[in-house]
Amino acid sequence: MDAIFLQILNGLDKGGAYALIALGLTLAFGTLGIVNFAHGALFMLGAFCAVTMNKLLSLEQIILDPTRTTAWGSPLEIRTPYLEIWFGDFGTMLMDYSVPISVLMTIPVMLIIGVVMERGLIRHFYDRPHADQILVTFGLAIVLQEIIKHFFGANPIPQTAPDIVSGSANIGLWIGLGESVVYPWWRLVYFGFSAVVIFGVFAFLKFTTFGMVVRAGMFDRDTVGLLGINIQKRFTIVFGLAAVVAGVAGAMYTPILPPDYHIGMDFLVLSFVVVVVGGMGSLGGAVAAGFLLGILQSFASMNEIKSIIPGIDQVIIYLVAVVILLALPRGLMGRKGMMED
Amino acid sequence: MNGNSARKDWLLLIVFAVVVLTAPITLEPLGAAYPDILQKFAIYGLFAIGFNILFGLTGYLSFGHAAFLGIGSYSAVWIFKLFTMNVIPAVMFSVLIAGLFALAMGFISLRRSGIYFSIITLAFAQMSYNLAYSVLTPITNGETGLQVRHLAPSDRGADYVLKLVDEDLRLVDQAFGIVEHGIPITNLFGMKMSGYPGFYFCAILLIIGFFISLRIFRSNFGMMLKAIKSNQNRLNYTGINTRPYLLAAFVISGMYAGLAGGLLAVTDPLAGAERMQWTASGEIVLMTILGGAGTLIGPVLGASVIKYFENIFSSINDSILQNTFSFLPEIVQEWVVGIVGMFVGDGWHLTLGLLFMVIVIFLPGGIMEGASKIAGLFRKSSNSGTNPPVQQPAE
Repeated sequence: MDAIFLQILNGLDKGGAYALIALGLTLAFGTLGIVNFAHGALFMLGAFCAVTMNKLLSLEQIILDPTRTTAWGSPLEIRTPYLEIWFGDFGTMLMDYSVPISVLMTIPVMLIIGVVMERGLIRHFYDRPHADQILVTFGLAIVLQEIIKHFFGANPIPQTAPDIVSGSANIGLWIGLGESVVYPWWRLVYFGFSAVVIFGVFAFLKFTTFGMVVRAGMFDRDTVGLLGINIQKRFTIVFGLAAVVAGVAGAMYTPILPPDYHIGMDFLVLSFVVVVVGGMGSLGGAVAAGFLLGILQSFASMNEIKSIIPGIDQVIIYLVAVVILLALPRGLMGRKGMMED
Repeated sequence: MNGNSARKDWLLLIVFAVVVLTAPITLEPLGAAYPDILQKFAIYGLFAIGFNILFGLTGYLSFGHAAFLGIGSYSAVWIFKLFTMNVIPAVMFSVLIAGLFALAMGFISLRRSGIYFSIITLAFAQMSYNLAYSVLTPITNGETGLQVRHLAPSDRGADYVLKLVDEDLRLVDQAFGIVEHGIPITNLFGMKMSGYPGFYFCAILLIIGFFISLRIFRSNFGMMLKAIKSNQNRLNYTGINTRPYLLAAFVISGMYAGLAGGLLAVTDPLAGAERMQWTASGEIVLMTILGGAGTLIGPVLGASVIKYFENIFSSINDSILQNTFSFLPEIVQEWVVGIVGMFVGDGWHLTLGLLFMVIVIFLPGGIMEGASKIAGLFRKSSNSGTNPPVQQPAE
């Protein structure tokens, strides 16, 4: 019982990341009809926003102290972060919270990147075959990831979660399952964060006028256009929103997995599988399938299961995807007429 | 098919063969006339020809063909390890195994079309890649890669534990009493398959592969595949079951990929899982598109161009750049070297990505379309007025 509960918990944070990326993919697909292979790169860019933020926050003032020398005989360098000089303890706290703070930077940056990407490139591919869309965004993904590699190097850059949530939560005691069920705080935070973002996106689409227009546009673009609404502009903003969702998902994920330049590719392949399992174009399906596959993956990596079917943890997601696609061609919650040409 | 076009095809084949076989001489001015890169041209050319039979003719975009490349390599190396260093059985075996895998994978994935097909093939390739790194390590030797090693001692006792990954048997070679000094090299009945002989072996297979692809393009089977690309629904309405044709195309292209993988192992008897990664699948798509999907020559051209530039670009480093731009003032030079340096050496993939985008955006038909457009310009200026009738699809 404890073990099962723990595996479900373990799947939640990864599932959260899958769900957020898949949500963005589905938004882009449902509105613009674009199959965006560069969406994983957006996740990666978000993660590197967090890295950049951390670097900015921990810029240091270097003073040479000629009176003291290091073991190598050169003058001792005294490094003090500027934030500490300027704000004292508050500055140290800011540095500690670099990852959550970076989300604030990620949102505008990703919105701009998303809108520029849509206006500059995606726009020209509305009427091209899906194969062309896949290829051009695949090329873009390579370009983005190589640029990041050029500036940040090829090695993963670890990020730390704020001190207050760096330990483990004793969840077992809260719900009466015993002390064996412990879970890192930050992952819990990540799950909560992804839930908030997902609800935010759904509420935005459901309860705002803007969201209503977008939903109408997803349903019947031409008619909405005939009503005198500039649906294109709204779809562009939705694409930017999708980029923001992917970006913040990446930024918040950095303390769990140190980001390197191809983190996006790794997540992209899985997220596409998630989208297809959930049903192309179905937002609810994407979220459900994201968490489902995340949890399944964590179950498959249990030792008890691995000893029965070796290697199952490596392939479970793909296997499930193949089975679901063959049994339910439209995925779990796919709509009729999506991608069936 | 009338006699005129048949003659044209033979001419094309002969020209192709001549160009391929004289490549060591004709590519001299380009600096690409050494065996390593020529072998790559031929091998990836074969891979692209095979991929083109599926993607170019039927329009089914597979993102998992690298899996067959990897499977072909592993099969060939196992033949080297277990039986003989002669390349013929290895190549045949890699084609066969890749074909079997393609049959299984195609049987499942061809139930869906469009992006779903792409995702399922991608899923299969990723599965193979992950398995090769984890559970299948006894077969694939994991991250180290599968290699040809020295022979296991012949006087093994009963309790000798044979580790096939690290020690080879080469039963057939032993039966023929071939003595090995160090790690043996692949051979074709005694002729060493490294350097130019290796290239010519690949080249001859490339010409055969090209011939087969030419015959497929001109056959009824090829017509059927093209019909699937232009309108599969209509074919289904007329009562034709398209899946056997698709499956046949899928298996054929998988066998080409297996052959290419086998040849990679022939020229360098080492197989690693990174050959199956989906970036490798992406690369083959790029090669095919760059040359021109659906054309005969295009894929070979695209493969050669990419492998050529990969070779050139990744060999350039900063000191070469500094020499090249040494005529500039120092500040400008540093700046230029910094910018250009992003695109060469390790940054080759950036160039590749940009190339990918530029091709898809501006020239979806690839080099072949570009060439025919240019040729069209000349033709138009010489005899204007005779516009070819525009084909209208009957709706």
